[in-house]
Amino acid sequence: MIVSEQKPWEEILGGLDGDNSIFILGCNGCAEASGTGGPVQVKEMKSKLEAAGKKITGTMVIDFLCEKALVKSRLRPKTKDVEAADSILVMTCGIGVQAVSAAVNKVCHPACNTISLGGSRGEWKGKERCLECGDCLLDYTGGICPLTACTKGLINGACGGASNGKCELAPEKDCGWELIYERLKGLNQLDKLSRFIAPKDYSKMMPDVKTMATSLWALEQTS
Amino acid sequence: MSLQPLLEAGKFVVTAEVGPLKGTDTTEINEIAELLRGRVDAANVTDQQSSVMRLGSLATCHLLKEKGLDPVFQLTCRDRNRLALQSDLLSAHVLGIENVLAITGDLPALGDHPEAKPVYDLDSVQLLWVIKRLNEGYDMNGNELQGKPNFFPGAVVNPGADTEAAFELQLIKMEKKIEAGARFFQTQAVYDIDTFARFMKRVEGFNIPVLAGIIPLKSAGMARYMNKKVAGVFVPDELINKMAEAEDKAKTGIEIAANIIKELRDICHGVHIMAIGWEKKVPEVLDAAGL
Repeated sequence: MIVSEQKPWEEILGGLDGDNSIFILGCNGCAEASGTGGPVQVKEMKSKLEAAGKKITGTMVIDFLCEKALVKSRLRPKTKDVEAADSILVMTCGIGVQAVSAAVNKVCHPACNTISLGGSRGEWKGKERCLECGDCLLDYTGGICPLTACTKGLINGACGGASNGKCELAPEKDCGWELIYERLKGLNQLDKLSRFIAPKDYSKMMPDVKTMATSLWALEQTS
Repeated sequence: MSLQPLLEAGKFVVTAEVGPLKGTDTTEINEIAELLRGRVDAANVTDQQSSVMRLGSLATCHLLKEKGLDPVFQLTCRDRNRLALQSDLLSAHVLGIENVLAITGDLPALGDHPEAKPVYDLDSVQLLWVIKRLNEGYDMNGNELQGKPNFFPGAVVNPGADTEAAFELQLIKMEKKIEAGARFFQTQAVYDIDTFARFMKRVEGFNIPVLAGIIPLKSAGMARYMNKKVAGVFVPDELINKMAEAEDKAKTGIEIAANIIKELRDICHGVHIMAIGWEKKVPEVLDAAGL
């Protein structure tokens, strides 16, 4: 289970700035359970975005967005609607956004922040990784998480230590920032790299007091 | 004169790197300081370079300052969180240190304490922004400082990044660093003048001083090792062969470095000599380069 919360409305709308047609993707897995990206929230988001002047080319709720093969096969009948959109708003956790970004050749905007459960996992296994940082940056990085794809977790660009596209730590590991560069280049979004990303609020990576006060959490700790 | 006015006056500047040793013995640092005083415009002190635990850059900068050198305080994001970075910067100012070089830092996994927890709370771009805030009299969260520093911040760039993505990422980050407050750049070691000249052409519009990195070659093996292991360093075969055939390796290595410096004089704004253990030979390199 991965818990997410919706980003503030202004941030969601800001991310979609310049995009007129949007395809909305929700997730029947953890995002539905979190109340952030299930069928109800996708419907609500469609109305809100239409009221804000956006054209919604289509919506779909898939279980689970973290599984790329499933995303591809379920979206196939909706190819036209997806292609008609300027971008996709993905209403799920950081792994789902990264999986959709990898599976679909479209700009994907995260609608949610993934909340820390203090390391609890259980998602479908893919190569996408989410640190539950609580302040999703995937909008700036082509749907590839710099915190997990870059060995140093740098968020303002590459360190200069890569050789032939590989990380200085290990020759078998791709430089995360070169992957981000290539993805953004393919999406014609390289200008996103010029943006200064302010220091992160790493306190959000600690599970919050509210989470730790739930009965589920208490059960986990005592069992 | 210190580094800032010299660069602003457009002088071809010479800086050299001093690497503190592991331990408290400062004899060699003092000897190197004596040799470098009057020969270089500023001296960088590395911050536990290659993630190998050593005497700190802050204390060593202070020693160099006492010896009459203008130190460049290298500060990495590898070992300090935002509290420690800001506090060390305030400490540096109190010790009379004016120049800071903001660096990401090598991964701890590559050093002699590979079990260490890497920090990287801030990255180099954010660190430059923090230095700018401190100079303005505020910490990074906007709290007012009682007494503010006046740093001359610099940054690094790798002009020899090998893939298109890596090279473009370097240029994009260089621009971000300038926007965040970087006032000068020091580069990875340069051996191939044509590649470096192309890089300088691309960054011409940035209007910022660039000091090209110089690492005097000690042997052909060292050159081959750097080609294989050090990102962005490319030693052409011609130079490797020259080193292999040389009878006096030190003399040839110094000659090659001096020739590169001569060729760079019209291309960039200065050189940064990283002698890596050969600090005492820096005056010879400068003599041979006519500086």
